[in-house]
Amino acid sequence: MSGDGDLPPVMLPSGRTLREPAARAEAKAPAAPPLLELRGLSVEFPTRRGTVEAARNINLVVNAGEVVGLVGESGAGKSTIGNAVIDLLERPGRVSAGSVRFEGEEIRGRTEAEMRRIRGDRIGMIFQDPQTSLNPLMTIGDQLAETIAKTTGLRGPAALARAAELLQQVGIGEARARLKSWPHEFSGGMRQRVVIALALAGDPDLIIADEPTTALDVSIQAQILDLIKALCRERKLGVIIVTHDIGVIAEIADRVAVMYRGEIVEEGPVAQILGAPRHEYTKSLIAAVPRADRKLHRFASVDYIEGGASAARRIDIANHWLGRSESPKGTGVAVEIEHLNLSFVLQKALLKKNRRMLKAVNDVSLTIREGETFGLVGESGSGKSTVARLLAGLYRPDSGMIRVLGQDVVTNPRAPEARRARRALQMIFQDPYSSLNSRMKVLDIVAEPIRFYRTTGSEEETRRVVADLLDHVGLGAAAALRYPHEFSGGQRQRISIARALASRPRILICDEPTSALDVSVQATILNLLKDLQEELGLTMLFISHDLPVIRQMCDRVAVMRHGAICETAETEQLFAAPQHDYSKHLLGLMPSMELLGPTGL
Amino acid sequence: MLAFILRRLAQSVLVMAVVSVISFSLFNFVGDPVNNMVGQDATRERRAEIRLELGLDDPILVQYARFVGNILSGDFGISYRIKQPVDDLILERLPATLELVFVSAIIALVFGISLGVYTGIRRDSWISRLVLSSSLIGVSLPTFIIGIGLIYLFAVHLRWLPSSGRGGVVDLGFWKTSLLTVDGWRSIILPAITLSLFQLTLILRLVRAEMLEVMRTDYIKFARARGLSERSINFVHALRNTLVPVVTIIGLNIGGLIAFSVITETVFQWPGTGLMFIQAVDFVDVPIMAAYLVFVALLFVVINLIVDILYFVIDPRIRMGGS
Amino acid sequence: MSAVEPRVDPAAKPPSAWARLRESDVFHSFVSTPSAMIAAAFTVIAILACFAAPLIAPFNPFDPAQISLWDGKLPPAWVEGGQAQYVLGTDNQGRDMLSTILYGGRLSIIVGMAAVGLGMVLGVGLGVIAGYVGGALDAVIMRIADVQLTIPGILLAILINGIGRAFLPPEIREEFAIYVVIIAIGLTDWPQFARVARGATLVEAQKEYVQAARVIGLPGWLIMLRHILPNTLRPVLVIATIGLALAVIAEATLSFLGQGIPPTTPSLGTLIRVGNEYLFSGLWWITLFPAIALVVLVFAVNLLGDWMRDALNPKLR
Repeated sequence: MSGDGDLPPVMLPSGRTLREPAARAEAKAPAAPPLLELRGLSVEFPTRRGTVEAARNINLVVNAGEVVGLVGESGAGKSTIGNAVIDLLERPGRVSAGSVRFEGEEIRGRTEAEMRRIRGDRIGMIFQDPQTSLNPLMTIGDQLAETIAKTTGLRGPAALARAAELLQQVGIGEARARLKSWPHEFSGGMRQRVVIALALAGDPDLIIADEPTTALDVSIQAQILDLIKALCRERKLGVIIVTHDIGVIAEIADRVAVMYRGEIVEEGPVAQILGAPRHEYTKSLIAAVPRADRKLHRFASVDYIEGGASAARRIDIANHWLGRSESPKGTGVAVEIEHLNLSFVLQKALLKKNRRMLKAVNDVSLTIREGETFGLVGESGSGKSTVARLLAGLYRPDSGMIRVLGQDVVTNPRAPEARRARRALQMIFQDPYSSLNSRMKVLDIVAEPIRFYRTTGSEEETRRVVADLLDHVGLGAAAALRYPHEFSGGQRQRISIARALASRPRILICDEPTSALDVSVQATILNLLKDLQEELGLTMLFISHDLPVIRQMCDRVAVMRHGAICETAETEQLFAAPQHDYSKHLLGLMPSMELLGPTGL
Repeated sequence: MLAFILRRLAQSVLVMAVVSVISFSLFNFVGDPVNNMVGQDATRERRAEIRLELGLDDPILVQYARFVGNILSGDFGISYRIKQPVDDLILERLPATLELVFVSAIIALVFGISLGVYTGIRRDSWISRLVLSSSLIGVSLPTFIIGIGLIYLFAVHLRWLPSSGRGGVVDLGFWKTSLLTVDGWRSIILPAITLSLFQLTLILRLVRAEMLEVMRTDYIKFARARGLSERSINFVHALRNTLVPVVTIIGLNIGGLIAFSVITETVFQWPGTGLMFIQAVDFVDVPIMAAYLVFVALLFVVINLIVDILYFVIDPRIRMGGS
Repeated sequence: MSAVEPRVDPAAKPPSAWARLRESDVFHSFVSTPSAMIAAAFTVIAILACFAAPLIAPFNPFDPAQISLWDGKLPPAWVEGGQAQYVLGTDNQGRDMLSTILYGGRLSIIVGMAAVGLGMVLGVGLGVIAGYVGGALDAVIMRIADVQLTIPGILLAILINGIGRAFLPPEIREEFAIYVVIIAIGLTDWPQFARVARGATLVEAQKEYVQAARVIGLPGWLIMLRHILPNTLRPVLVIATIGLALAVIAEATLSFLGQGIPPTTPSLGTLIRVGNEYLFSGLWWITLFPAIALVVLVFAVNLLGDWMRDALNPKLR
């Protein structure tokens, strides 16, 4: 297993120097047609509830040597376009109108055999998840050699030599030896390099990359984006990057097309679109992107998208059930964690020396003051979620101490005082789809803690409280009688928040509460959390991998890596002058948002 | 690799230990062994003598140790009904059962896998639809009804093939085979088809489901996007990934064939171990029941062990010890 | 293309339970799959007919007053020598075939359902507990299930059934045969349910709604009962349907081998066994009609199970 951290120095063949047009690029006649030209392209999916137009009247031009970003939120139809170009739409989807011209020739309506000669040879695809994009039962070399044989006719040792060359080009060292490796022996970032090598095997003119870095960590994301950019310049490739991430667009694209509900609403050079958007949707989208460069009190409201969340009927907290918490009074300190340790067994074995352990949490100590928002930031696998789950009592620590509102909850977690302290602490989870029981009505979901602890006098009061809570989080009381699957991701996250509030918590743990949401929805949820914190005087532990979000939400931050805390600092201080090397590294990886104008601030 | 196989072996030993306890308790709790040996009207002295002879008065652990020792040396005792050593009886009838299972396994695997792959690839052709609907009928037909039907059609009505027995048998000294005579082959056709049909449909449906599952994966989509040929996608990428779970199916399938041979042998009066077992159950002939149990468990354990090792050979992820 | 988010107006009136059912994908799949509807209709009719046997059967095969040996071995009504009152002919004892099939089918279905019910309660209970509690308890339960799964069900059923019969004194053996058969088949069934329920439990227990319930402070049994169990029911329902078909076959097989339901109160398997003895002498109807009844019943249940597996498994759509 090779980590992405210790890559051989040959890894970026291009370096910064290769950004200039490479010598290999042939000069094309000025009148040459664009590499790819979509005119009036529409894609529809017949369903039993009528035909859904996933893409409508799409016009897009991609030239050789240019990276075109296709950005939009989930359901905007951006992935559909890439699949439509190479005629690999998932059934029952089909192109219903328009033309696809590739190097001046119409390729829409070609036969399957003709399309097969275009796929791989002239248009390459890169998919989102490198974990599943490679055949697990074939060596990297065999998969490359097969594709090379198909596209170039090279076979045997010649194909393998070419395969090694390709691996070298995508920054995989000792390429010859790596040919015999199986996909599972590579880490995520390395696999994505192999996927890119496969896409390049046929020496295509156009690459369509569908969310190529979404499944990867920030540091790996930067490397992969650099690689794609370099390859594009070096080989005069046309590249379409499909993404939901404005940061990726800012980093790599030359031009960008913004999609909203199946249509391209705005298109132009990246600096213009991000800096001075014209369309209302683009404006609100960009306003919703969390800024790393300055702290704002609230996110700009994005009415365009949520369709004006029903004006929340505010409740008078002081006289309401919600304000009469029974949890113990604190002493200015909400949570104290001292020398916390937890290891997971990766591989069981009878002998201790053969066991493989992972130190998920390594001697973590931190203090959260009452009323503050404390951030935990780190890459995936850094142990930040594990700390949250230890605090919430979902795991038991191997050693260390946790005090909630001054009460020891580790030594005897079943003691009544410990349970009472834990009840003052609730959690909001990452995935809005799995965090609600789909077989229960919203009423029963939110009422569960109230009914279990009998915190109201009667069932009528319970229903009234649930209605108030749903009103308060901006869903409206009528939502109580519905089932979770009827709601969107953002709405579900509001239900989760209402459920957490139903325990009348003093401390709220938010574990990546918005990372599964679209950026515009993220802004409204973060605003709601800020409002609730002010009204109820909540203490928050806010966990995220997203530094800009951390900057907007948190008063103090701890940076985690490999289960340990590297640095704890006031947020503004961390962003201004990080002390630890890893903090500096992380901050350096943030996509630059210089292009983003002051729209909507 | 070694650790993996050792762990599996330990598990197998555990299974065999459990089975030996069960078959040991059969002796002790099902009926009275003395009555079974000498009948109800033996004298008190004769009974005491036999109790002593069998060691029935020894502590239970000593009896169990002796039982395991006997099994390990191949001694399963004397059949209550036929009054012959059980190990001789089983060895005599084993070739018949194994030949029947072998022929059926070949039929089931060859047709099951090839039809499964075909229906998985050409999922919308009319042949696939036909095969699939008939496979559902196949799953719904109990083995004994297939047997009765085949006998009625080919033996009673058309008189083409014999309805019972093994036909001509050649003694190779260590093995009595019916696969070397025309008569033997004529006799094995009906029982083998009967036995294989259910397993065939099961394999077919599982292979197809697995194939469809693999066809939905990202790496197949990515292979398409690279313009690889249909043939390569179907037979290089999809088939190999389909085969991993199918190996388990083959193991289970052979186990199933052995189990259902009990029924097939009864319908066709095939002189194998299954028929002997059913007769033993009828007469509560405990030594044969116990021996058959141990013998079948041993077969299954061996098959499962082979399957585990095959997994190892096919799937690099297991070979490397990671996942 | 499932990415299009549902965007409901929370203020709108929520749909009724019936409307929700009508809108559901499972219901839609059901009404657009004719084979599923036919299979469901047939299964329901067959089960109703069998349970209503005392009301709709032309004769009571267990009433000696209605049986006459003189009427034995009569062919079906449309064959020469047949009598109109015995539509499907009579068996060797002069019992009307149609009536015996209805009564026999009832017995087969009862045994099948009871056996599946036993296996399901046992298996799902143990499976959910094993999956949720984990650790040593999980290891022990699933090891037992694994060991049992390596031995094919029918063999085990024969064995358990044989042992059970051997335990009973000969006088009451026939009387209790049906319970022994139910227990034998039920006991061979449970590992399937345990595996599926445990697998589903492991998936569900990882989901954040279960963790949310734990953070609220709900006790383990309540989480298992209220949150996990309802979410494991879909795959269990599929297994139970296919299991019903297999249990009916298992009962018929045991009875055919002479190990199951005695001829005095025959099930379909017993009828086929008895008829088989007369097959060679040309009395084909005594075997054929019960066999057809059995196969059609099992086929309908299998067809239903097959559709359910596809419809309830969103991955396969």
